[in-house]
Amino acid sequence: MASELNKLTIAEASAKLHAREITATQLTRDCLDRIAAAEPKLHAFLTVCEKEAVEQARAADARLAGGNAPALCGIPLGIKDIYATKGVRTTCASRILENFVPPFDATVIERLRADGAIFVGKTNMDEFAMGSSTENSAFGATTNPHDTARVAGGSSGGSAAAVAAHECLGSLGTDTGGSIREPASFCGVVGIKPTYSRVSRYGVIAFASSLDQVGPFTKSVRDAAILLRTLAGKDTRDSTCSARPVPDYELGLTGDVKGLRIGVPREYFVEGMQPEVEKSVRAALKNYESLGASTVEISMPHTGYAIAAYYLLATAEASANLARYDGIRYGLRVNSEDHIALYETTRAQGFGPEVKRRIMLGTFALSAGYYDAYYLKAQKVRTLIRNDFERAFEKCDLIVTPVAPTTAFKIGEKMNDPLTMYLSDIFTISVNLAGLPGMAIPCGHDSNNLPIGMQLIAPPFAEEAILRAGDAFERTGAFKPRTPAV
Amino acid sequence: MNREAYEAVIGLEVHTHLLTRSKLFCGCSTTFGAGPNENVCPICMGMPGVLPVLNRRVVELAIRTGLAAHCTIAPYSIFDRKSYFYPDLPKGYQISQYETPICKGGYLDLPPTENGDTRRIGLTRIHIEEDAGKNIHGESASLVDFNRSGVPLIEIVSEPDLRSAEDAGAYLRQLRAILRYVDASDGKMEEGSFRCDCNVSVRKRGATEYGVRTEIKNLNSFRFVEDAIEYEVDRQIAIVESGGKVAQETHLWDPTRKETRPMRSKEYANDYRYFPEPDLPPLVVPAEMVEKVRESMPELPADRKARYVREGLTEYEAGVLIADRDVADYFEATLPGLKNRKGAANWVMTEVLRVARESDKPFVEGVPPATEVGALLTMVEAQKISLNAAKTAFAAMVNSGKTAEATIAELGLAQVSDESAIAAAIDKVLAAEPDKLAEYRAGRDKLFGFFVGAVMKAMGGKANPKVINEILRAKLAG
Repeated sequence: MASELNKLTIAEASAKLHAREITATQLTRDCLDRIAAAEPKLHAFLTVCEKEAVEQARAADARLAGGNAPALCGIPLGIKDIYATKGVRTTCASRILENFVPPFDATVIERLRADGAIFVGKTNMDEFAMGSSTENSAFGATTNPHDTARVAGGSSGGSAAAVAAHECLGSLGTDTGGSIREPASFCGVVGIKPTYSRVSRYGVIAFASSLDQVGPFTKSVRDAAILLRTLAGKDTRDSTCSARPVPDYELGLTGDVKGLRIGVPREYFVEGMQPEVEKSVRAALKNYESLGASTVEISMPHTGYAIAAYYLLATAEASANLARYDGIRYGLRVNSEDHIALYETTRAQGFGPEVKRRIMLGTFALSAGYYDAYYLKAQKVRTLIRNDFERAFEKCDLIVTPVAPTTAFKIGEKMNDPLTMYLSDIFTISVNLAGLPGMAIPCGHDSNNLPIGMQLIAPPFAEEAILRAGDAFERTGAFKPRTPAV
Repeated sequence: MNREAYEAVIGLEVHTHLLTRSKLFCGCSTTFGAGPNENVCPICMGMPGVLPVLNRRVVELAIRTGLAAHCTIAPYSIFDRKSYFYPDLPKGYQISQYETPICKGGYLDLPPTENGDTRRIGLTRIHIEEDAGKNIHGESASLVDFNRSGVPLIEIVSEPDLRSAEDAGAYLRQLRAILRYVDASDGKMEEGSFRCDCNVSVRKRGATEYGVRTEIKNLNSFRFVEDAIEYEVDRQIAIVESGGKVAQETHLWDPTRKETRPMRSKEYANDYRYFPEPDLPPLVVPAEMVEKVRESMPELPADRKARYVREGLTEYEAGVLIADRDVADYFEATLPGLKNRKGAANWVMTEVLRVARESDKPFVEGVPPATEVGALLTMVEAQKISLNAAKTAFAAMVNSGKTAEATIAELGLAQVSDESAIAAAIDKVLAAEPDKLAEYRAGRDKLFGFFVGAVMKAMGGKANPKVINEILRAKLAG
């Protein structure tokens, strides 16, 4: 533990690796040691890939010694257990995939591998990414590194906690309704959900195909830019993936936000939210004004319908996406007298309660006689919400909101009340419905020393704009995230 | 039972595999006959996280079929998920097209019946979808082969315009001919690449309302379709006649017992919960693409028939030849170098089709190559062999597989046109038959044929009859 290289950012570590001041092997060793020390309290990982990581580090060192290695060469990352990783168990935190080992890599895993990144392990999550606290993991919750009595957020809670606790330098999450941004906010790290279609979804186990998007967790905005640069871009295996060229996001980090018009939606500062959250975000807005940006109040009148529309569309898609877990070809099988009984018992034992709830909700929304009233209506709401954003972006370049109405809540606090749990994503869900890029960055903490996150939202494919603004805020040093308690 | 008082109303849904090298949404091979689960990958096995990518060739073939059947090609269509659980359906849903098929409307013209009636059968739609795998049930276990999973299909849905089992048979034959013409499908029912569901109802003749229909599923030969419809129409008429009501059910045809039996409602009563496939963008077919496909279209049966008639064949001859694209192509392959098209047509229709009927192999493999038949007919035109010699040679070639030239040489069938040899033979015959010669010269013209026959016999049947005639006539004239 002497060197604590695991505390470096990706940008710092990359510079040192390329300068041969440190080795990928040392860096990986420090991460693995940290994992060994912290995991009993955090449970951020479902699978730790020690052997593979050490081998990858050795290969990275050889490549770094040869010169010309990519920026991510030798950087230890955590991977949400929703990404197919060839030869490494991929569970989606579900009993039904408990022993599933994919024969292929997700596209983004392939890209990171090609760049020489190191995978220290597969991180914990809500089962099939359904949840806002990682308590729906079939293998136990992840705790918040700032207070282990609290949740890490979800569904990508393991990835957020792992970065916050320096178990790895960055990680991958997925975000369907806030699953990157909310845990990033709860754990005090940076998390970006890119524009829908910016990053390939191939090999990412689907929850809701029209909403799911891949994104990184990092300790700094610069690191997010570095990771996203590698993740983004056309993939012939994903027909919904954009062919638009990928800018060098890191080069866009100029620190300059002069003249930037920031929209502040009235509907996102609601009654019942934790006062400290509003205070922190408002303070950050003042900070932007002092940097030469302007703020303007905007209105997004259909915000109130977002959660209802989301839970119809996401569950409808999920009900079909999860139909493949039938016990026939892979994963859990509970043998029964005929194939129908086999489905029933396998799925009854394989899926947790929240997954079952959503499959049933989605099946109902698509059923004959209900389709128009639910699925179709929700699609119309989705269009209205998208229009809200389009209209808003006529008046501003970026929108700033809180990420979540509260800071991290206590483990168990909302488990018996799914509706209250769903409200944790009230500020993030619209962004998925509209397919926009959104980023969470730490902007303060509450009286319990729990991190508060600010959300930056941009028009489609304007990731550069939110990265630049986020980086400019970080540079002011107005807020420095605390070292977590764990 | 007064069958004549009733009319059957029949609509067909035909599923056919498209002739592509790779599957609809992944790169796996579509080859029939591979070992179990050899043509599979994570995508067609429905592994977690995989995504479909549409095969462009499938879209082209669907458009081709649509153009051949006079359909409107949709400039914008979407794919939908059709959800149901079955072990051979790896994703738990089939990617299909529901509300927006790629082709709408259209029709097929049935060939004229014996009394000359022509019929136009309307099409409702043609859409693209993926096939499922195949369950194999053993004594102690069931297995699934996913080679067929994801193989591209089009479903061609007819209007309820068919009125009898014969109609249905004629429609299927016509449809298969078109699919083969445009290279969309091989139409091989025995390999499961052409399957049919029938919707059948009956009503009193003259009624305008439809009766309650039953659906007969998964018929995989034309014979079964016709038998099943015959059976089902009789069954329904009997029910109605006895005052009963036909139940709206799905039936399966049992070819051994020659009857339909209802499936358990559990086996088919599904709410498929269709919704737009979020993993595929809408299918946009620009007008230029349709035009490009139109330009690349092979000649359709109706056009080919019209051309044959223009080129001198009768309606009947043209009709027989174009019924099967392989036969028409064969006919055309015999033609280079030939003057007599009609002769070639007759040859193909009689000699070649007879051999083809007697063979149990597919048409092209069961008969000698068209170029060799062309060679035979060219020799007949050049008077190198007689028509009879050509028939003898053809029969030998069916079994030996040898070329026309080799066969003619081997069997010594070449015709003798050498005038001195023929003149010598004539002299011999005339010398041997002084009485007949005298009778002829006295006016019995009919004896000319006798002399020709005798000369031909003397020359082993190989003499050129035209040369015999000329020389004989001169010599007889003295």
